[in-house]
Amino acid sequence: MIMPLLSVRNLTVQFRVDSGWVTAVDDVSLDVGEGDCVGIVGESGSGKSVTALSILQLHQRATTRIPSGTITYQGQDLLRERGSTMRRIRGSEIAMIFQDPMSSLNPVLTIADQISETLRQHQGLTGVAARKRVVELLGLVRIPDATRRADDYPHRLSGGMRQRVMIAMAIACKPRLLIADEPTTALDVTIQAQILELLRDLRKELKMSVMLISHDLGVIAEFAQSVIVMYAGRVVEEAPVAQLFRRPVHPYTVGLIAAVPKLDSDAPRLATIAGRIPGPQEIIVGCRFSPRCALVQPRCRDEPPLMQPVSDGQSARCPPRILVLGERHG
Amino acid sequence: MEEVALIRIVAVKFLQAVPVILIISILAFLLLSLLPGDPALIIAGEQASPAAVEQVRRQLGLDRSFLEQLGIWLFNLAQGNFGSSLVLNQSVLSAVAERLPVTLSLAALSISFTIPVGVLLGSVAAYFRRTWIDSAVMTVALLGVSIPAFWIAILGVILFSVQLGWVPSSGFTPISQGVGPWFASLALPALILSLFQIGFLARMTRSAMLDVLGQDYIRTARAKGLSEWRTVGKHALRNALILIITATGILLSAAIGGSVIIEQVFALPGIGRMVVQAILARDYPLVQGTMLILGFTFVMINLIVDILYTLADPRVRHD
Repeated sequence: MIMPLLSVRNLTVQFRVDSGWVTAVDDVSLDVGEGDCVGIVGESGSGKSVTALSILQLHQRATTRIPSGTITYQGQDLLRERGSTMRRIRGSEIAMIFQDPMSSLNPVLTIADQISETLRQHQGLTGVAARKRVVELLGLVRIPDATRRADDYPHRLSGGMRQRVMIAMAIACKPRLLIADEPTTALDVTIQAQILELLRDLRKELKMSVMLISHDLGVIAEFAQSVIVMYAGRVVEEAPVAQLFRRPVHPYTVGLIAAVPKLDSDAPRLATIAGRIPGPQEIIVGCRFSPRCALVQPRCRDEPPLMQPVSDGQSARCPPRILVLGERHG
Repeated sequence: MEEVALIRIVAVKFLQAVPVILIISILAFLLLSLLPGDPALIIAGEQASPAAVEQVRRQLGLDRSFLEQLGIWLFNLAQGNFGSSLVLNQSVLSAVAERLPVTLSLAALSISFTIPVGVLLGSVAAYFRRTWIDSAVMTVALLGVSIPAFWIAILGVILFSVQLGWVPSSGFTPISQGVGPWFASLALPALILSLFQIGFLARMTRSAMLDVLGQDYIRTARAKGLSEWRTVGKHALRNALILIITATGILLSAAIGGSVIIEQVFALPGIGRMVVQAILARDYPLVQGTMLILGFTFVMINLIVDILYTLADPRVRHD
C-alpha cells in the first residue's frame, strides 16, 4: 500500500472546562491520499473543525490538549513538531481556508500585503516580484481588475471576493494539501457554487489534495471523492461518495441523507433526526448516537461500537446494522 | 481618492471643534460670575477702600451688563486678547506662553516613556494571559495606577537626587541651555508622571490585545506560517492600535492636568504651578485665561487623536 499524504491515527483532542477536560475529538483516524479529495461531514460540535485545526496545530494552545494520536505528513509526525517546523509547513505544504471570509482577513492590511506575506515567508519573494505574483494569484482565483483590487482593504470586497482572496493566499505557495473548513457556509448559494467550482479547478491545476469540511451534504456530494461522517467527536462512517449516498450504513448517515430537502418531495414537513447532538460534557457510555437512534438495541448502550468494514472502501461504527445488511446481501 | 477622503475628515473634525471652543470660552467667562459675593471686592481684597473696589470693578468691566461683558470677552478673545494677570504684571497670553513649554515637554517626555513600555507590557500580558507573567505585569500596572504621585515623587527625589545624585532634585533647565541638562531636569518628574500612565496604558492595551488575539484573522496569520512575533507585532498590534491611540490621547490630556502636583513637588515653572499660585493670589483673570488655553490644547489633542485614528483604521476612512 502506498503511503497516504496525510494520515491521522487515533487522534484525541480535549478542551479544558471548569470541571476538567472534555473530549471533543475521540480516536479519529483518517487518510488523505495524494490528489485525493476527502469530505468530512457532520453537525456543528461533531469535532470536524477541531480535527482540521489540530493538523496544523492552530487550536488554542492554552485550553487544548492532545493526549493521544499521530498525524503523519510525509513520514513526519506533526504532533511532535513545534515552532519552526510547523511554520515551514503551514501555508507552504498544508494551507487552510476558513468559514468566515469576513473575519478571516485582517481589516487594517491591504490584500496585496496579506498575500505577499505568505510569499515572503516561504519563497523569499519581495517587492516587484511579490507584487507581480500577487496580481497573478488574484487573476488565478478570478478576481476581476486584479491590479486595482490588490491595493484594497478587505472591507471593500464582497464575501465571495474575500473568500477568493483567502484561497489566493492559501494556494500562493502551491501547497500539497488544502484544508477547507466550511469554505462556502457563510456565502449565498450562487457564490457557493462559484467557489466550489474554483476550488475544483485549482485542485486539478495545482494537483493538490483537498480536505473539505462541511455540514452540507450537498456540498460534499458535489465535491468529494470519499466521505467521512463524524458524530459527537467520532468517525461513524467512511465511504466513497457514490457508495455513501447509494447505501448509507450508519443510522446517523441515513438520517442525514434523509434530512436533505428535496424539491420533488410531496412530504409536508422536512425530515429531521429527533433529538440533538450531545454536548462534549455529556457522558454516553455506549454508542453516542444511541439516544437518537430508531434502531437502537440494548447492547448499543452498553459499550462503544467499533469501526467495522462493510464493503470495499466503506466502513461504519454500527455492528447491528452491518449484521442486518450482511444477512440481506448474503 | 484616499487623500481626498482624509482631507474631508480632517476638515469636518476641525469644524466640529469650533462650537466646543466657543462653549469653553463661555464657561471660562462664567467662572467670574460664579464666584460667590462681589468679584470686585474679592479681587481687591477685604481691606480695600470703596474707591479701590470701584476701580477694580471698572477695570474688569464688571459695571456693565452681563451680556455686554460676555460680548466684550468674546470680542477680545477673537483678537487674541486673553486678558491680563492682576499679579504678574503680564498679559495672560505671555504668562502662559512662558510656562507652556515646561508643561508640554514634561507631558511629552512622560508619554514617550509611557507608550513603548505600556504597549509592551500590555501586549505581553495579553499574549501570556492567565499565566504568572500576566499576573505579574498586571500587578505592576495596578501599583502604577494606585500609588499617589506625590509620595513616589518624594521617594524618587530621595533615591535619585539625594542618594545617587543623578538628577537635580528640583528646578527646570530650558532646552536652550543644552539637551542634557534639560533632560536631567525633567527625567525624574516625567518618569513619575509616566508610572500612572504606564499602568493605565498597559491595562488598556491588554484588553485591546485580548480581543484582537481571539479574532479569526490572527488564526489566518498563523495558518500562513508567520512567526508569533509577526503575528502579534504586526497583525494583532495594528488592530489594537486603534484603541491604544484613543487611550494615549486621554493620557496626554491627563498628563497636562496631572502636572499640577508634579510641578509643585519639583518646583518646575510650568502651567500647573502657575495656576496654583494664581488661585492662591486670587488672580482670577489669569485662572480664567489659563483655563481657556488649556481647554484649547485639549481640543487640539483630541483633534490629532481623531486624525491618527483615521490613519490607523482604513474602515473609518471610507465610511
